[in-house]
Amino acid sequence: MHVLKQHAQSRAAAALSTVNVSRRGFMKGSAGLALGLYIAPLLGRDSRARAAGDNGEFAPNAFVRVTPEGEVVVIAKHIEMGQGTYTGLATLVAEELDADWASVRVEGAPANTQRYQNLAFGIQGTGGSTSIANSFEQMRQAGAKARAMLVAAAAERLDVSPGSLGVHRGRVIHEASGRELGFGELAEAAADQPVPDEVTLKSPERFTLIGKQRLMRQDSPAKTDGSARFTQDVQLDGMLIAVPAHPARFGSRLTGVDDAEALEVPGVVASVRFPSPTRDGDLVAVLATNTWAAIKGRDALALEWDDSQAFTMSSEAMEADYRERAGRPGDTVTDRGDAAAALDEAAQVIEADYVVPYLAHAAMEPLNCVVDLQDDHVNILNGEQWQTLDQQAVAKLLDLPPEQVRIQQLFAGGSFGRRANPISDYVLEAAAIAKAARDQGQAAPIKMVWTREDDTRGGHYRPFNYHRARLALDADGNLTAWHQRLVGQSILTGTAMESAMVKDGIDATSVEGVADLAYGVPSLSVELHTPKEIGVPVQWWRSVGHTHTGFSTESLIDEAAVAAGRDPYQYRRERLDQHPRWQGVLDLAAEKAGWSTPLEGGAEGVKRGRGIAVHESFASYVAQVAEVSVDADGRLKVDRVVCAVDCGLAINPDVIRAQMEGGIGFALAAALHSELTLDDGQVQQSNFHDFQVLRLNEMPEIEVHIVPSAEAPTGVGEPGVPPLAPAVTNAIFAATGQRIRRLPIANQLRG
Amino acid sequence: MTTLTINGQTHEVDAPADMPLLWAIRDLVGFTGTKYGCGRGLCGACTVHLDGQASRSCITPIAAVGDREITTIEAIGDDPTGASVQKAWRELDVVQCGYCQSGQIMSATALLQGNPEPDDSAIDGAMSGNLCRCATYVRIRDAIQEAAASLGQEVS
Repeated sequence: MHVLKQHAQSRAAAALSTVNVSRRGFMKGSAGLALGLYIAPLLGRDSRARAAGDNGEFAPNAFVRVTPEGEVVVIAKHIEMGQGTYTGLATLVAEELDADWASVRVEGAPANTQRYQNLAFGIQGTGGSTSIANSFEQMRQAGAKARAMLVAAAAERLDVSPGSLGVHRGRVIHEASGRELGFGELAEAAADQPVPDEVTLKSPERFTLIGKQRLMRQDSPAKTDGSARFTQDVQLDGMLIAVPAHPARFGSRLTGVDDAEALEVPGVVASVRFPSPTRDGDLVAVLATNTWAAIKGRDALALEWDDSQAFTMSSEAMEADYRERAGRPGDTVTDRGDAAAALDEAAQVIEADYVVPYLAHAAMEPLNCVVDLQDDHVNILNGEQWQTLDQQAVAKLLDLPPEQVRIQQLFAGGSFGRRANPISDYVLEAAAIAKAARDQGQAAPIKMVWTREDDTRGGHYRPFNYHRARLALDADGNLTAWHQRLVGQSILTGTAMESAMVKDGIDATSVEGVADLAYGVPSLSVELHTPKEIGVPVQWWRSVGHTHTGFSTESLIDEAAVAAGRDPYQYRRERLDQHPRWQGVLDLAAEKAGWSTPLEGGAEGVKRGRGIAVHESFASYVAQVAEVSVDADGRLKVDRVVCAVDCGLAINPDVIRAQMEGGIGFALAAALHSELTLDDGQVQQSNFHDFQVLRLNEMPEIEVHIVPSAEAPTGVGEPGVPPLAPAVTNAIFAATGQRIRRLPIANQLRG
Repeated sequence: MTTLTINGQTHEVDAPADMPLLWAIRDLVGFTGTKYGCGRGLCGACTVHLDGQASRSCITPIAAVGDREITTIEAIGDDPTGASVQKAWRELDVVQCGYCQSGQIMSATALLQGNPEPDDSAIDGAMSGNLCRCATYVRIRDAIQEAAASLGQEVS
């Protein structure tokens, strides 16, 4: 909890300093532009300006427009990458506007920090499962103010008092006279109404959309008929496709380029050498008129690399190194009570090491970005998750004012964190290629495309982590001390967020989920080693530090319950009496899974087991009960997962269910299969045959239960992930007596 | 020049014989609903129909297409089975990021065209080659059954 709050505060602090910098740049570079329109920070509009958009539209603020045809356009400041934000943000606006859901359409917001910042970060960007939480008030305000202006316009038109009017599904109704007007008919007149300073938001019992069972996702139609536009689908006049070549090892430097064969490939236009903004030295990209030619051309390049400064460790050596560090004291993260003394006096001590590998995000859409350089500005079309920092980084690279880096936000074909790169790696690479191409006579819009292999081997992974734990139990099986030492690279060191998020050498994202362990234990000691010599770039991956701390802590508490001879559910529950929301989801999952009833047996030779886990991340609480079968050959099947989630007020229950289902499947891939390994510094996996993800036949049955709540809404994109792996491995222990302490499970059950 | 019949229209494409159909469809003809995911026939995002058979366009050279009719996601709704699949997908809100869903719908449609009442193992067999990183698999399975049920009602 403490870390989480610090998190939010320091994110805000980081953001503020960034915004100050950006604002200075903004003001300096944009003298003479109509900046006065944007001084109202919350809703992005000056209340004195006429609330009109183009073509007779009503545009009361930065988040909503009403067309003369009655269409309500919601401008989404957060990217839609699958998590349902376009639907969620539109629900908030439409609720207060009393719009007709069928007439609501969503557009992605352009990059504009002042208007579209994430209020949890202070910069524009999507992450940390914050989209709905930070927009809850803001989007409802936007809808309510628009509604008030439409009502005021209708009152004038009908010559009645605004208080005598109601609004239902996009129509303003005067019940006494039976007259009504559609939003479209009122759009132009509403634009002349003053923007109200204050509006009263609905009380929850008046909600007609929020919390209701089904609103069709805003993006369902376009994503089922091929018309949804992703970065990969952008086609511009004269556009060239660029495929860059990356070295096999992180830290290699390009020393020689022979592009003769590449230039022979039909469709290839040029090869361009460019200084890499985020790697060492130069890189080279092949430009072609179509993607196939660009890939073939890139593959035909003969390149020489200097590996003298490259990272050349292998996974085995790294693990040995991490294990050795785990045997030494690290930097103190948490030190409460006296863990050493409690361990000395313990009746039982549990000692265990937990290990998780590097993981690629492996979104279905490999990384890409479109950059269209113009004389005095640049247009970027991208599944854009990190507007402010990408905008600033590109502005610096191209020597442009930030506001002249115009970013259009498209759908992203998944991200799981990857498109919010802390150093803007892929966006900068695309911009650097476009710049070099222009300088070398190829002034064309550039669509940079990475192949699946490039995406898998491109770095910025969930860090490899090694945890060593010692737990002390007294004679009654009570936990008296929890000592855990983590070894893992820092995600934020060396990024713009370092100053806010890394304190005294501790990256908050390395230890979230254990630094503030919820279980009541008199002595808690958490230490961290942050190896700095590892040359593999790392990044947040759906649920960040919780991906590994959730696994280790929820496995360890299970180990403690077993050592104490206690029921794992009850043992957890008793240690969460200070955390009612943890208990709430734990109880709900246990009840719905039938925890107190025996699990149905399997076929002959098949062992079955049930496991439970609970974790808080991003201020949401999730418990899961997994049921597994293990056959005589050690083949594992996860049969069923029962999930309980408390994310405060449920805005779109079906989206919440979908995020839990998806989070479970995403986490199950990592639990069962996914792993990146290094040999002499080279990533050994390249595509879906060796970096395996979940397939349909492996998907368990899933039940999702949402805890009814009136608390402020929190996020659901990430919190479904952390409990899944330990729920499964705890179930495997229940079935077989084998404790899995390393992910992926892979062949560990096959003896 | 290679002649391709895509969604009922012929297109002359000027491309090397080994260019995968995927890139001809996307970059040369301009139907971008068919997606690039892996380039090796491992993920199914590029699935199209060749004479009604689900095929991985990323590993099908244009020279190997011959005179087979190519159907992509853009036209699958013209087929009653395809339209039912799309409808079920929307009713159950299957999609998340959506990038793989064109391929999922193409595979599901081919499955139902050949097997109007698929059981779970038939669905596993037809759909396990289509990856979804958002793991929308629970709903994919349900939507296929929903589409099968609605098609069965139309027939009877």
